[in-house]
Amino acid sequence: MSYILLRHRDIPNIKDIEVYAKHGGFESLKKVVTSMQSQQVVDEVKASGLRGRGGAGFPTGVKWSFLPNNIWPHYVVCNADESEPGTFKDREIMENNPFQFLEGVAIACYGVGAAEGYVYLRGEFKQLQVFLDECILQMHAAGLLGDNLFGSSYSLKIKTHLGAGAYICGEETALLESIEGKRGQPRVRPPFPAVVGLYGKPTVINNVETLTNLPQIIEKGAGWYKGLGTDKSAGVKIFSLSGNINNPGNYELPLGTTFRELIFNYGGGIPNGHKLRAIMPAGASSSIIRIDDSTFDKVMDTKMDYENVQSVGSLLGSASVIIIDDTHSMDWVIDKTVHFFKHESCGKCTPCRDGNYWMLHIVERIHAGHGTNADLLLLKNVANQVNGKCLCALGDFSTMAVTSALERFPEDFAAICPDASAGVHSTLKA
Amino acid sequence: MSLAKNIPNPLREKYPEEVQAIFDKYPVKRSAVMPLLYLAQREGGYITKEGMADIASMLDLDVTQVASIVGFYTLYHDEKAGKYRMQVCNDLPCALRGADQFLESLCQNLGIQVGETTPDGLVTLEAVTCLAACDKAPMFQLQEGDKLTYYENMSVDRTLELVTALKAIGPQGTYGGEAK
Repeated sequence: MSYILLRHRDIPNIKDIEVYAKHGGFESLKKVVTSMQSQQVVDEVKASGLRGRGGAGFPTGVKWSFLPNNIWPHYVVCNADESEPGTFKDREIMENNPFQFLEGVAIACYGVGAAEGYVYLRGEFKQLQVFLDECILQMHAAGLLGDNLFGSSYSLKIKTHLGAGAYICGEETALLESIEGKRGQPRVRPPFPAVVGLYGKPTVINNVETLTNLPQIIEKGAGWYKGLGTDKSAGVKIFSLSGNINNPGNYELPLGTTFRELIFNYGGGIPNGHKLRAIMPAGASSSIIRIDDSTFDKVMDTKMDYENVQSVGSLLGSASVIIIDDTHSMDWVIDKTVHFFKHESCGKCTPCRDGNYWMLHIVERIHAGHGTNADLLLLKNVANQVNGKCLCALGDFSTMAVTSALERFPEDFAAICPDASAGVHSTLKA
Repeated sequence: MSLAKNIPNPLREKYPEEVQAIFDKYPVKRSAVMPLLYLAQREGGYITKEGMADIASMLDLDVTQVASIVGFYTLYHDEKAGKYRMQVCNDLPCALRGADQFLESLCQNLGIQVGETTPDGLVTLEAVTCLAACDKAPMFQLQEGDKLTYYENMSVDRTLELVTALKAIGPQGTYGGEAK
């Protein structure tokens, strides 16, 4: 099957605007602007079954339909903050297939009646901003952005905005704050961005990968896209595979591809003769899936889509699949993840800010071999006090690895906490 | 009236066209603060109190508001460091591919700890969180003023070669090399 998103792998020079145009590029934008009403575009995207690829999996067309028709202007903001440990797909798209991405942004703008689209890039993508700004200028020169597109009354500008290093800016309301020139701290909701978004106006926020699907959906039809993937999880997804794996990288595959296919067929299995011990399918925000002889086949045959990953106790998220082999202990893994979340907590709400501070203290103590069974219980307790009590999902995410590691890998903690006998320690199990 | 109102605008004088382009870009003035901070950091690699006051006065903000943004985002700095900041990712996915050992070996070879600068003032070694290059670890980014360059699939030897090249250029020159 040919690529839908990573088309540079089929067409090497697709980052050249003429090459992209020669391969059907911008025909979809022309089609929507010259022959479709905005509502028809929304309906087509709804019918395609496309869901948000940034992690939440919310139906894209439905999200667009929340924008009120009596408050203007509308904005489209593309979330290109890609910061989840284990995720590196949006960068590959933007660096190599930039015009399909930008055409997707433009189609989304037309769909919701926005005259301006913003691309929010993480600060580390500085070079990418320079590159995309050049691409945007080329589109203006070719009459694909600017005033009166294709002779219509529709005018559109796309701008890039560079962040400056903050994981939290991937959270959509923090991202809006950042464009507005503030610290990237999440807003209290409601109101939701669909009503009060960028500069107080109705705003739709979509991920890079989500938007890059749009030109192909318009070109080939919602029915074609819906036919890919599974019933509830339509289409293709880019799986970012990293960690202890022979062939790390991005794999564009239909949703519903099994873990076995991804890890062993495409990823080439685990290097150096080691065994697969754990999978974090949604990056550092994942609950950790335990792999042992009794669970191996069940997990390997699980379809990776928005529904089925839950059956093995985790989530698909942005499909940033981190592979961990049997040389690693889970106290080390959560030491890494809690370090990350402690650093990235924005400080606005107390459970996340203080909870991560204390989780880090406890995890460091345990990992250094100075922990006790009381520390394990305290760690679980603190995680429970954070989860579900924060303004945004970062707080919840910070507890996923901690809670699942304690529950699913008790032997790792018993081994380094001297008084955590099997009997006492079992109180940790849910 | 804040202190900021009374000082001239060196940033606008120094980069008139770039500052104007930034102001023209956004419908609301305050949105210019992040690109202006990058501009203020271009030359010295960090933003001075005067630089913050300058930006505050251009945007009708308090200096404290600008300082809070500098403090919040990790790519802005309010203290002088090495000419180059070598920022190694040692988050979980990179660590699974040996980033911790890579970083430790760099420390030994450069004779500094994480967070420290080489005695010639050229390279500050830092550990940072995920840079979206997990499949190409060990990796780091090199920050020089407002420039950032990724170095991926790096070995200790190749990194030390880069450091040698940076030392050869010296404190006055600019590297601005392509990602390797």
